[in-house]
Amino acid sequence: MEEQYYAMLHELQAVDFVLVELNLYLDTHPWDTMALQQFNEMAQKRQFLAAQFEQCYGPLLNFGHSASPHGWRWAMPPWPWQV
Amino acid sequence: MWIYEKKLQYPVRVSKCDPMMARFLIEQYGGADGELSAALRYLNQRYTIPDQVIGLLTDIGTEEFAHLEMIATMVYKLTKDATVEQLKAAGLGAHYANHDRALFYNNAAGVPWTASYIQAKGDPIADLYEDIAAEEKARATYQWLIDMTDDVDLQDSLKFLREREVVHSQRFREAVDILIQDRNTKKFF
Ligand SMILES: [Fe+2]
Repeated sequence: MEEQYYAMLHELQAVDFVLVELNLYLDTHPWDTMALQQFNEMAQKRQFLAAQFEQCYGPLLNFGHSASPHGWRWAMPPWPWQV
Repeated sequence: MWIYEKKLQYPVRVSKCDPMMARFLIEQYGGADGELSAALRYLNQRYTIPDQVIGLLTDIGTEEFAHLEMIATMVYKLTKDATVEQLKAAGLGAHYANHDRALFYNNAAGVPWTASYIQAKGDPIADLYEDIAAEEKARATYQWLIDMTDDVDLQDSLKFLREREVVHSQRFREAVDILIQDRNTKKFF
């Protein structure tokens, strides 16, 4: 895969890491408003980055959680273990 | 229900073909303290745990499946270019005879995964202590695996997984505190 694929994927993985961390933290600290605010900001950023990635490399999610405007790219390689 | 996301949680790169390391890594795929055990343990316990902890078990259980996929990716990448001779030399001859290069849920010694690796006592404190212990054992296993390879790319991904076990253990400890605090307030008011 080209350089840009890994760069965009990496950016998404970085934001998702922050989101997983905040998510688990909020599970045991549900009243932390600072963490909640960070979570909501990052969730928005995540949506933007995922849409950008999907525009170039096809759907990230199955069952209609990602649209497939450019043909059925969902079932096409590369799969995560192939890159 | 669950939705699949077509990406790894964290990048997995390997710098060489190394079937011997793949054989050791399988411990975290189908071993007692591996990622399959973790995912199934938490997602099964969540049905009968108090409401305050269901979200945490659901989320950590889901994350464990992402870790399972990372381990599978490591094993796949470390073995895909290995010759039969290399597999035999790495101690994977018996595995090859049964599975070719397919992955299978067994531990590093080739013992198949069994449901007796996981517990569900129905007592929230007992279950959460089991979960904390499982995370600590997984963390230790990742350390032994990191010590067994000189592949810095592989070490990087393994260190990520080791750190996740530390975070999971911490969150489970907080869940215990939440339940104990809750029990104490109920007793006195
Ligand atoms: Fe874990």
